[in-house]
Amino acid sequence: MLEKALQGNAKYWSWVGFLLSMMGLGAFCYVLQFNYGLGLTGMSRNVSWGLYISQFTFLVGVAASAVMLVLPYYLHNFKEFGRITILGEFLAIASVSMCLLFIMTDLGQPIRALNVVLHPTPHSILFWDMIVLNGYLFLNVVVGWVALNSEYKGTHPPKWVYPFVYLSIPWAVSIHTVTAFLYCGLPGRHFWMTAILAPRFLASAFAAGPALLIILVLLVRKFSSFDAGDKAINKLVTVIIYAGLINFFFVGLELFVGYYSNIPGHMHTLDYLFFGLADHDTGIIYNNLVPWMRTSVIMGVISLALFGCKKTRNNSGMLIVACALMFFSLWIDKGLGLVLGGFVPNPLEYITEYVPSIPEIFITLGVWCTGFFILTILYKVAISVKTEAERLS
Amino acid sequence: MDNKRRKFLKIAGLSAIAGIGAPAALNMLMKGNVQASSPHGHGDDHGGGHEEAKGHGAHHGEVKQGKRYGLVIDVHKFNQTPGLAQKCISACHDTFNVPDIGNKKDEVKWIWEEPYTHAFPEHSHYKRNTELHHLSFLVTCNHCDDPPCVRACPTQATFKNEDGIVMMDFHRCIGCRFCMAACPYGSRSFNWRDPRGMKDGKPFIKKVNPEFPTRMRGVVEKCNFCAGLLKKGLLPKCVEATGDTKAMVFGDLNDPASEVSKVLKSHFTIQRKPALGTKPSVFYII
Repeated sequence: MLEKALQGNAKYWSWVGFLLSMMGLGAFCYVLQFNYGLGLTGMSRNVSWGLYISQFTFLVGVAASAVMLVLPYYLHNFKEFGRITILGEFLAIASVSMCLLFIMTDLGQPIRALNVVLHPTPHSILFWDMIVLNGYLFLNVVVGWVALNSEYKGTHPPKWVYPFVYLSIPWAVSIHTVTAFLYCGLPGRHFWMTAILAPRFLASAFAAGPALLIILVLLVRKFSSFDAGDKAINKLVTVIIYAGLINFFFVGLELFVGYYSNIPGHMHTLDYLFFGLADHDTGIIYNNLVPWMRTSVIMGVISLALFGCKKTRNNSGMLIVACALMFFSLWIDKGLGLVLGGFVPNPLEYITEYVPSIPEIFITLGVWCTGFFILTILYKVAISVKTEAERLS
Repeated sequence: MDNKRRKFLKIAGLSAIAGIGAPAALNMLMKGNVQASSPHGHGDDHGGGHEEAKGHGAHHGEVKQGKRYGLVIDVHKFNQTPGLAQKCISACHDTFNVPDIGNKKDEVKWIWEEPYTHAFPEHSHYKRNTELHHLSFLVTCNHCDDPPCVRACPTQATFKNEDGIVMMDFHRCIGCRFCMAACPYGSRSFNWRDPRGMKDGKPFIKKVNPEFPTRMRGVVEKCNFCAGLLKKGLLPKCVEATGDTKAMVFGDLNDPASEVSKVLKSHFTIQRKPALGTKPSVFYII
């Protein structure tokens, strides 16, 4: 089937060319980082994780969101998702690949990465994260590829693949839960230490992932003859609305607990993210994430309003805007604020702000483009197979 | 489809049962480390506690068997001897080839000075005596009895020795910095760049001590309580640097006859962030 990715028009090849050149630029910057050390990034002793780990965290969510298609389709026989479930699974493959790449780019000694396997350590959450992420990648590759292959051959998927399908459902929940456990089990990091971190991760994932998927599906509709159908899209919109509302509800809970309890440690990071935090000794106010976080809130509110209103929801142009706003709102919330905010203030209550360096930004873009490259190839194959199968039947 | 759903429910049921069983299994693995209230109480100031823990069953509270090295820092004695803290820091950093990168961002440090407000941010700073605010506190790795960094490390590159010292294996560390996120004391440093390098012709390590390895970029490091020197029957470098001042007392916390135990028995001491349950082995007389 892969040969289908080699046939395309000029637009397809220029898109692939663009992705490849961005990947090349990212790879070049990575070589610089590899030779100099992670000091080339904006990370510091006090903010020891940056853009790489925050992107990783966000993308685990996008990967997990495939379950919002797999579950209704395979468990509840929701036939309308039959045409796009594969697109969700392939989005998961691309996202998990990005997650693994982001972890690799963040390691100080990437050559020793296999030490995690050579010295398995069950009391470390990172060990479990390695297992669930690779397992999820495996499950989606098997399920997605087998399902597409049977469509290619015009047969039903073989029986043996169904246990993998069912396993992938709780597994999707597990990847984001374990990723939340990376953060919420650390003593002395008040902002992360909240039992609703995992549910909040899942809620934001189930809004951000389907939002991206709708954009992709509408793009596919524009550039090919493949149409996912309005019914499927409308169902995804419902998922986004509820997941988005639950996410904002959870954010509200965090704000209540922080500010009503009035415990300084619980308020510091919230202050830093939404209002700015003053330094103990100097009185200088640090607030470089405030514009971002406020934009995130505004985007989220506008997006929910657009989704909620029937007129805008049914207009494909406005629908794309709503989806984009939701996606970027949650990207800021989780792909920036959550990880970076957790380091402010540091355990000794010093405030250090983080700004990514130029090479760091290009490496990050390079990984994103690698993900979109994988996605492009997989979607090209899937759509070619599907349109052909439909033409034959 | 109904059949498939039934199958799924079976699997889901079985995994739910497994899920319910998992905490029990985890409990056994953790050997009863989960207890409702620690013998320390929650957030109380006095560190001691290891003797009160007796009779609470094995593994609750502090470990009583074998050695557990600890350190008492007498802040007043440091205050009375200007320059003493700096002497301790140099003794440590020179011995262990700790690089001086020259900027805050890439900083590597094993032991350093902090004011009261930053060494003990969880304590009230309001209406404290002015002297307290002028004191500086040496801070370093606490060699916790329950170290969160060791729990977090995915490769056991950081681990606890039999004598309670939290160690680093620089050759196994993959540089994920999970331990840095886990440490509630900010005691860990990462080699953001090659510590063997130099800037403007000045090497980061001024004079290499061949007795201890220099590190490479991309690994985490921290104080090791001079584990190698202890094996030879010597004292840690910082303690040695305090000479006869008694500003630092080092020894086995589990030996009631040791000097450190006696000092702890006869003085009011505090630990950093006792409420987190990490059980630090560094105590302060203030």
